[in-house]
Amino acid sequence: MKLSGAHIVWESLVREGVGAVFGISGGAVIHLYHALPEYPIRHVLMRHEQAAAHAADGYARATGKVGVCLATSGPGATNLVTGLATAYMDSSPMVAITGQVSNSLIGKDAFQEVDITGITLPITKHNYLVTEVESLPMVIKEAFHIARTGRPGPVLIDITKDVQAASLEYEYPEEVDLPGYHPTLIGNQRQIKQAAQLINEAQRPLIIAGHGVMLAGAEAELGELVGKAQLPVVNTLLGLSTIPETHPLCLGMGGMHGEAYANKALQEADLILNVGGRFDDRLTGPVSTFVPEAKIIHIDVDPAEIGKNVRVDLPIVGDAKNVLQALLPLIEPTNHPDWTSKIGEWRAESARRDILEQETDALVPQYVVRHIWHATRGNAIMVSDVGQNQMWEAQYFLHHKPRGLLSSGGLGTMGFALPAAIGAQLGKPGEVVWVTAGDGGFQMNIQELATVVQEKLPLKMAILNNGFLGMVRQWQQLFFEGRYSGTPLLGPDFAKVAEAYGIPGFTVREKSQVVPAIEQAMATDGPVLIDFIIDQAENVYPMVAPGGSIGDMLRRPQPEEANEQKGGDSR
Amino acid sequence: MRHTLVALMEDKPGVLNRISSLFRRRNFNIESLTVGHSEMPGISRMTIVSEGDKAIIEQVEKQLYKLVNVTKVTDVTDEPAVIRELALIKVTASGAARSEITGLADIFRAKVVDVAPDSLMVEITGTEDKVDSLVGLLRPFGVRELVRTGRVAMVRGSNGQKN
Repeated sequence: MKLSGAHIVWESLVREGVGAVFGISGGAVIHLYHALPEYPIRHVLMRHEQAAAHAADGYARATGKVGVCLATSGPGATNLVTGLATAYMDSSPMVAITGQVSNSLIGKDAFQEVDITGITLPITKHNYLVTEVESLPMVIKEAFHIARTGRPGPVLIDITKDVQAASLEYEYPEEVDLPGYHPTLIGNQRQIKQAAQLINEAQRPLIIAGHGVMLAGAEAELGELVGKAQLPVVNTLLGLSTIPETHPLCLGMGGMHGEAYANKALQEADLILNVGGRFDDRLTGPVSTFVPEAKIIHIDVDPAEIGKNVRVDLPIVGDAKNVLQALLPLIEPTNHPDWTSKIGEWRAESARRDILEQETDALVPQYVVRHIWHATRGNAIMVSDVGQNQMWEAQYFLHHKPRGLLSSGGLGTMGFALPAAIGAQLGKPGEVVWVTAGDGGFQMNIQELATVVQEKLPLKMAILNNGFLGMVRQWQQLFFEGRYSGTPLLGPDFAKVAEAYGIPGFTVREKSQVVPAIEQAMATDGPVLIDFIIDQAENVYPMVAPGGSIGDMLRRPQPEEANEQKGGDSR
Repeated sequence: MRHTLVALMEDKPGVLNRISSLFRRRNFNIESLTVGHSEMPGISRMTIVSEGDKAIIEQVEKQLYKLVNVTKVTDVTDEPAVIRELALIKVTASGAARSEITGLADIFRAKVVDVAPDSLMVEITGTEDKVDSLVGLLRPFGVRELVRTGRVAMVRGSNGQKN
């Protein structure tokens, strides 16, 4: 079958199982767009290429399938950069396709020419510049293989106009031949035996469950291990939902804004079993002070993660699901009553400090998040933005649904939530998808409200609006003399903006309106935006001060202390 | 400590860029880097000299392995290996200096590969130390131009550095 390069792209995408592509057209992809209507692929027209990349990322995170985005050369391609870096940091399987100027114009600074393979070298798992149509089918095959296997990640394919227009007798390769790419999926049996022995002998063992558990689909194995040896679990941000947060042994998130009792448990544990986490600095704080008492077992599919950030006593390279399956039969059923009751005491102390236990009429964001959890019974895909809103969502929504929390963890990309939620909703049309974002981040990709309407997506959007770039404001309050430089933020009337796009919008100013507004959003068939005007002074607690050990947390000031602290605020 | 790594990689466009970009991005030190064809068609061989402690060099190896085009990485620092560098040295030479310089070259088993009215070009192959010594001895005559290839290495014995 003789096909043009443009047709080869779509034909190959269909064979890879791609159902949706997020993109924006342009001069260097016009051949691709010309061929697109002949194929059973849903094209979602985004309003900015950055959003197209986030949408593909969100689609990938929600479904586990490879997300695909498409952009033209030059500015179209450079606009993808933030989205690719976001996906790369969070190991999200993606293929980005960009158009490139004609072969003869490469290197001539032609109109809308940019060296996108050079630019994206450090933020893609691999990338390709295709200048000959003969190599196109194999490049696409390899790109999908690399994106979805081993430690997943984004792969970019830059295709010149000549290649899109040229034709070739098409045959899609059945297999790839990549001599330098063989991910290790099966763990070393000797190391697994040693791990079992360490776990069986530990007095104060603790699991850190990271994103790798979700990427490997190892939630069931993790649950079995936790049950069998009664191992408490601390999650990384992206590891949330890999064990139900309502599980008595789930301690929730650890690290900078983790639960104080989770951090205490980390610091006092004598054995850490890290499954699919990468010891990010937001979890560990200064590594010299991190888990001083513990031996560390690290399971990761990426050998380069082992020993990168912290010393590891026992490395196991492999897929989390395979390794846990091999480990489980070697684990002796046991429990650690002294250890778990000690953690229980710390947990009770934290609960007394919980803002939801305090009587206040202030509209605090934690109350909003907790009531979204109540209204959805936790059965929603939560897509959070970055900053205070992200931490409140992580702390107060009790995640239990696999792939139920999508957030930019590694790169911390503001503006991620709305476009990523578009991708998630496309991939999971039957699910309830909620966006939680701050007023700052929401404005970074607010143009995608148009995409929500055009694609008829029933997204539920909650803006936690405090009129500040809140996380920076919090740091300024606590560590920079309360000088709010560059953080007060004048936003639009978000409800009116939503209305202008044709989306029902509400503004909620009173605590008493929170629950009715959320229930109304849930009862509405299409998209809804709720602008929650929250207490400006509310901070994320607990927190680890910059440079501090995670065992040493700033706690929420108790009511009498709080009055003092709020006095310094410039509301 | 200074380590010598030998890496094999597919000869694809941009592969050198991927490696140099990796060293820059990860803040790894790079003292010398040489690349050329290997005995296998389509496979290039690179010798990298990098300074760092054991943990850092282990990261260098692992990060190199992560590159899709890299097929094999070996740290040959502690292996019995032949390590060589080639240098061309253009040195001012007229009158009596000429025989003195050719004498030095002989001692180092270096060769005079070009003769001009007032200069000689000397070619030397050896370890960095040997090259350093000859260069040091030639400096007083006036070194006009110097080029060094950087280190190449091959482990002794009959086993090859296969994929």
